[in-house]
Amino acid sequence: MQTTISLEIQRYRPEQESEPVYQSYEVPLRKDWVILDALNYIKDNLDGSLSYRWSCRMGVCGSCGMMANGTPVLTCATFLETYAPGPIRVEPLINFPVIRDLIIDMSEFITKLKQMKPWIVREEEQPLSDGEYLQTPDQLTEYKQYSMCINCMLCYAACPIVGLEPGFLGPAAIALAQRYNFDNRDQGKKQRTEILKEDNGIYECTFVGECSIVCPKSVDPAGAIQRYKVAAAAEWWKSLLLPWGNR
Amino acid sequence: MTINTQYTKFRPQRYQTRVPIFWWVHKWAHLRFITRELTSVFVAIYAFVLLFQLWALNQGAETYALFLAWLRTPISIGLHMVALLFVIFHSITWFNLAPKALVLRLGTKRVPDAVLIVLNYLAWGVLSVVIAWIMLKA
Repeated sequence: MQTTISLEIQRYRPEQESEPVYQSYEVPLRKDWVILDALNYIKDNLDGSLSYRWSCRMGVCGSCGMMANGTPVLTCATFLETYAPGPIRVEPLINFPVIRDLIIDMSEFITKLKQMKPWIVREEEQPLSDGEYLQTPDQLTEYKQYSMCINCMLCYAACPIVGLEPGFLGPAAIALAQRYNFDNRDQGKKQRTEILKEDNGIYECTFVGECSIVCPKSVDPAGAIQRYKVAAAAEWWKSLLLPWGNR
Repeated sequence: MTINTQYTKFRPQRYQTRVPIFWWVHKWAHLRFITRELTSVFVAIYAFVLLFQLWALNQGAETYALFLAWLRTPISIGLHMVALLFVIFHSITWFNLAPKALVLRLGTKRVPDAVLIVLNYLAWGVLSVVIAWIMLKA
């Protein structure tokens, strides 16, 4: 019976090499170990210099996204056994600049998220004395799926458009825009659409659909973007056919 | 404020990967996507042929007869066969994706994806029968 599995890990130490190199490590193949457990084993026992991000170990924080044999995964939710007999090639998420080893630079992604105004936008706040904004369970269902996003960026690594057009706002950011657009308490859809109908917005998406396949939270960003396109097209027709109507 | 140079020492040296030209050959999903993109050229060509037919009809009987003669050439028949194949491919893949873009609700319940797909196919079938009936009757 196989007792160990080999991990080929991409190393990039900017003080040492200008191009990433691969380093092989042999780790115990345990039934209950995920890739993140193997990385922690390496860090604790074999090579303390290995750098990677992780936090919660339970698929909630979105820190440990990496490429495993070319597919973006949460390493805390991907069992070693799936890849037996190995080896497993572990690389940082593609389509992002690499800072060191398995750590990517996500600042560009954060800028894109912020552009979407991911908060409840009100034209006018109602006074506190009026109480809270009410919402029925059905109204919650409208956007709940899109609110499950943990910003793990797997969808950005899966999307070839993000790689080809780095300016593209990307799957998670647009799904998050929809999360607020479909919220009955929000009134910011117009502001978000202004940004998303531009060159780097929804029309960059060519519906490859891989973002929804890799999403660990079943957010379905590809669906969110297509729904946005349909809504935007309907708006355009409305403004064309009813130019005197309320735009 | 002074910046600790220890922190910024290696900062410009981000490693940026480039997307190779043939990025789409390694994965079946990407290959399928590129096939859809490339074959859409034939769908566009077919649309142009239809527009050209309208233009020829507008020019009078003589031009239209020339157009009809061209339709019978092997090149035209070959082009139409290929276009038909790809239009069917696009119709099927598009109908299967339709529920992603279209979310319909009946009351509070969301119409299931399968129902939307079947409705698309039904509409396709009914329209095809109607067009065939008009053509064969003429």
